Amino acid sequence: MTKFFEPFSTAWSGVVTHKLRSFLTILGIVIGVSAVITLMSIGRGAEAQVLSNIKNLGPNLITIRPGASMAGGVRGAIGGVRTLTIEDAQAISEQVPNISAVAPSYSSSLQLVVGSKNTNATVNGVTPEYMPVNNLKIASGAFFTEYEYQQGAKVAVLGSNVTQTLFGSENPIGQQMRMGTIIVRVIGVLQSKGAMFGSPDDTILIPLTAMQQTVAQPLTPHGGHIVSSISLTVSDQSQTQNVLDAITSLLRTRHQLASSADNDFNIMSVEEIASTLSQAMGTMTLLLGAIAAISLLVGGIGVMNIMLVSVLERTREIGVRKALGARERDIWIQFLLEAAFLTLAGGIIGIIVGWAVSYIISSLGTISTLVSADIIILAVSVSVGIGLFFGFYPAWNASRLNPIEALRAE
Amino acid sequence: MIRLKDIAKVYPMGKRELTVLQGVNLRIKRGELVAIMGPSGSGKTTLLNLIGCLDKPTSGSYYLEDKEVSRLSSGELAKIRGQKIGFVFQTFNLLPRLSALANVELGLRYAGGGDRHLVLEALARVGLSDRANHRPTELSGGEQQRVAIARALVKEPPLILADEPTGNLDSRSGQEIISILTSLHAEQGVTLVLITHDAGIANHCQRIIHIKDGQIEGEEKV
Repeated sequence: MTKFFEPFSTAWSGVVTHKLRSFLTILGIVIGVSAVITLMSIGRGAEAQVLSNIKNLGPNLITIRPGASMAGGVRGAIGGVRTLTIEDAQAISEQVPNISAVAPSYSSSLQLVVGSKNTNATVNGVTPEYMPVNNLKIASGAFFTEYEYQQGAKVAVLGSNVTQTLFGSENPIGQQMRMGTIIVRVIGVLQSKGAMFGSPDDTILIPLTAMQQTVAQPLTPHGGHIVSSISLTVSDQSQTQNVLDAITSLLRTRHQLASSADNDFNIMSVEEIASTLSQAMGTMTLLLGAIAAISLLVGGIGVMNIMLVSVLERTREIGVRKALGARERDIWIQFLLEAAFLTLAGGIIGIIVGWAVSYIISSLGTISTLVSADIIILAVSVSVGIGLFFGFYPAWNASRLNPIEALRAE
Repeated sequence: MIRLKDIAKVYPMGKRELTVLQGVNLRIKRGELVAIMGPSGSGKTTLLNLIGCLDKPTSGSYYLEDKEVSRLSSGELAKIRGQKIGFVFQTFNLLPRLSALANVELGLRYAGGGDRHLVLEALARVGLSDRANHRPTELSGGEQQRVAIARALVKEPPLILADEPTGNLDSRSGQEIISILTSLHAEQGVTLVLITHDAGIANHCQRIIHIKDGQIEGEEKV
């Protein structure tokens, strides 16, 4: 057993007998490893946050928007053509299986007047299904009922940001406001979903039937009532792809598209959005890690540098060891293990430092970080790998020294 | 024990070649105590390095314990050095950052390992038991050379080679070193080959080999 451990103890004594040099070498690796861990944890943290925001939308959500117009090969903005109709929504609801609810909505920019405040906002005319489909919850008051919808009741539910802008700290419930040509009463406020792109915190929801009283909803040439988007939920998440396919073929038939034509609508599930975004964020994390890895590489070159100096400085020691019977293998194992010890120590300290830095960054707020096991394993194996890789050349040099010349060295 | 047959050693020096040894024939019996004498540059250190398997001859054959070793690989030579040969150098060649004890331990390290009590025994043998934890810089020249001898003898090799072991020492320390070496020979029957300039030291040996210009000039029995 002692025989097995001897190379380790020899290498270890090489590390501890040159404390300052070992410390400086370790420092380079510590900086590299902790940079990798910190930056990758920031990337992972951002990734997790974005994903949780998206999942907040409801994992079963599918949204359909009017498609891009194609004119002479130039793709216009999404929604540039008006093709989706309430009738499409009804057809989907009736003909596509595994759907729990369908919610068409029509958006328009309207002038709002509350007391002396006068502002423009995007108002969404929606059906009662809009709430469950979009996973929205009421913070105070209530959402409009099926009956109010049928009656075209002039009531509104506000997002939390809109409430703050229009009413400040006042209780908005029961307040009147003018919206285009009609007067509506605020009956509810939505729970905040947090800052993100297209947040419901910024919307105003009124019954689609009330919307039609102030804005003339445009019609298609075939007499369909045009909507801005259709959202729906899948009752069985495993059926998401089938639902997407069924809706696509149904809408293509209804819109009488030739088989060679592009879709005139965009259909996307939250699952797809999440996977697309998570891919993009993963790439960003990798990029951050790669930048940090450069410092790890520099640290590795530092290890090689120190080991080369170490071999040069200890030429006579190598000669003595060889005279005492050390084989080439004994010598290179000794120096390689020394390099591996240095980088392993650097790796372990680097994990602690990187973890601590990530923790401090998280606790400062704004940026969230996530240290995961794979990052740690990656950082440590890379640092030891660097030790072995960059330690190999100096160790090999050492082992090849001629013992007579080595003994003569100063 | 040692049989050299027609040994030559030539070093390439740029485009020219430098002949250090030529036509060396030598036999040393087991348990002999032999001194090698000669002016500097005569090739005696090269001869000792060849005997010590640190170097290979350019031509000729070398039998160590009846085994031809002049054509062995560097790894096999290292193994022979580790098991059969102890070196004592003029400049001691202790590792400066290690204690006396650790330096002596190093002698066992490449000989297949061994117990710590062997190390302590070897230190006691050279009278340095109380200095085991001192570093070389804290020891006198004579003491350092005694540590080096302990390192050479700790693995109990059949052959000890000493290259001017007293060359860096005052005459009193040198006398101590020689008495340790000769008692090793007398008490344990170690074969001992040493290089010296000092005729007084050579006279402690059984045989003196004179070497000049890379050739054995003659030998005398004491």
